[in-house]
Amino acid sequence: MEWVNAVVQGVMLGGLFALFATGLSLIFGVMRLVNLAHGDLIVLAAFLGVAVVEGLGLHPLVTLVIVVPAMALLGYGLQRGLLNLTLGGDILPPLLVTFGLSIVIQNVLLETFSADTRRLQAGALETASIELAGGISIGWLPLIVLLLAVAVIGGLQLVFYRTKIGRIFRATSDNPAVARLMGVNHRHVFALAMALALAVCAVAGILMAIRTNFTPTIGPARLLFAFEAVIIGGLGSLWGTLAGGIILGVAQAIGAQIHPGVQILAGHIAFLAVLAVRPQGLFPRLRD
Amino acid sequence: MANRFTVVTATRTSRAGGVVLLVLLAGLAAGPWWLGRGDMRLAVEIGSMLALAQMWNLLAGYAGLVSVGQQAFLGLGGYALFVGGIFLGLNPLVCIPLAGLAAALFAIPTAALVFRLRAAYFAIGTWVVAEVYMLSFAQVSALGGGSGMSLPADVVRGIAEDAGGRDALIYWCALALAVGATGLVYGLLRTRHGLALTAIRDSEPAAESVGIDNARTRWLVYIAAAFVTGMVGALVFLSKLRISPDAAFSVVDWTAYVIFIVVIGGVGRIEGPIVGTIVFFVLRAFLADLGAIYLIVLGLLAVAVMLAAPQGLWGLVAERAGVELFPVRRRLIVEKEQQA
Repeated sequence: MEWVNAVVQGVMLGGLFALFATGLSLIFGVMRLVNLAHGDLIVLAAFLGVAVVEGLGLHPLVTLVIVVPAMALLGYGLQRGLLNLTLGGDILPPLLVTFGLSIVIQNVLLETFSADTRRLQAGALETASIELAGGISIGWLPLIVLLLAVAVIGGLQLVFYRTKIGRIFRATSDNPAVARLMGVNHRHVFALAMALALAVCAVAGILMAIRTNFTPTIGPARLLFAFEAVIIGGLGSLWGTLAGGIILGVAQAIGAQIHPGVQILAGHIAFLAVLAVRPQGLFPRLRD
Repeated sequence: MANRFTVVTATRTSRAGGVVLLVLLAGLAAGPWWLGRGDMRLAVEIGSMLALAQMWNLLAGYAGLVSVGQQAFLGLGGYALFVGGIFLGLNPLVCIPLAGLAAALFAIPTAALVFRLRAAYFAIGTWVVAEVYMLSFAQVSALGGGSGMSLPADVVRGIAEDAGGRDALIYWCALALAVGATGLVYGLLRTRHGLALTAIRDSEPAAESVGIDNARTRWLVYIAAAFVTGMVGALVFLSKLRISPDAAFSVVDWTAYVIFIVVIGGVGRIEGPIVGTIVFFVLRAFLADLGAIYLIVLGLLAVAVMLAAPQGLWGLVAERAGVELFPVRRRLIVEKEQQA
């Protein structure tokens, strides 16, 4: 029964990983950009949440109303002001600029918020749970995270396949040169995609801040989890990313059940196993 | 009328520079007789960083392999020193080349996995593998687990009986690694493999179309870089005398700094890592007390250089003045022969 419980909790954890991964998957899909600062932007959103809670005394979930638009705005500015300059044939500029950005964000957060461990307090929500058969219980908070991940990915699917901007995103993804010929302003489209990605990062960051302890330097580890979920799921498929996140979550939960020290290692090994057996991921849609 | 062709790489500045470099090297080799203890320790750090920067530049600047996981091989080399010195009873200096071999050996299965990922995803893949090594070493209780271990005094005495002798030997090893790494890149680029690498750097499909086996060339470069990086790892922890998974596999210390050095100095040029290393240590001398601010400045500088002058500081100088210290470009000299 312990093992069933580990798998159930792993699925819940996977919801958070899927939220980490969705932004990464989205911007890679639209503009083939791999953002090495992705994890640090999630942590930045978490600290924005801390600042809003401490400044205005709001409930952590209500801070989403402020943090999501703030991160979206930051994403738009970041893409237009900085990252658009790095896009071109060469892979070095985007990688090195986002890597530099990652180090800068971490150290700005260290200077501003110190290296102390933080957490957002969500009151009764943190401990509320539903009893299932056989002594397994599901916390309300992890369940909300998983449902939000499904909702965010479902929403993005609707945007991508049912709206005009989604059509433009897909066209730019398929062939940026032709999209430009059709009158698409690719700089603006890329910036909108980054805004959308960072809005998802904001949701991921706030939920992470309620679920777990965090410090300014945990960003790179979140980037690795996000990346692993994307690769396990297969490039370009958002539902694949959700599946990838859940597989990673289950692997980590099983690892933790074996020995608490090997939780993260078990996730990495599951990823490497997928890479060895099926390098294109489980549900690939794009070729890079 | 027949034309005679000769292919040359040397330029007048490179010959003059070569003489200056040799004099400089002779002076540095005599370091133990004129440098203080503190300066020698600093020189070991500088030499290690230069060797790491040369290897990262070879990977990213020439082979198109942007690795964010070189700390994997540095840490493996460091742990190889401790395993060799403590459990096998080897002389620590003998452990340095063995550490390189160990790192190269581990690089083979690592390459088999990460080479499945293309371009940017390769970068994060190498990072994941480095984390796997770090988390695995933290589980080995014989090596001190997560808290690490120290090199026992009797193993350290195996290098030389007195502290002065040890410092001198470690200093010469660092100098040899820095010069060796630079020489390796220079030597490699002057061979046909170097020509192949330069072709891959400039255009992958074009290189493939003239018959270069890109995958094989890349693989060789990756293993060679792991070998040198592993040796540097052994040297670094021989001078620190203490190792832990966090220190051995630190992405900031062994990859972020190295990337910033190469980017600031100039990617894809042998002189780039040298210039970048100088800038890095000068900046550190002024800003190190500021802690996090130092990393912010370094990160912003690297971003600014990448955007404004992607050829790096040396690139700016070389393009304006047309100088090359390590000439690798082949120039064709055509002489018209007088008719008999």
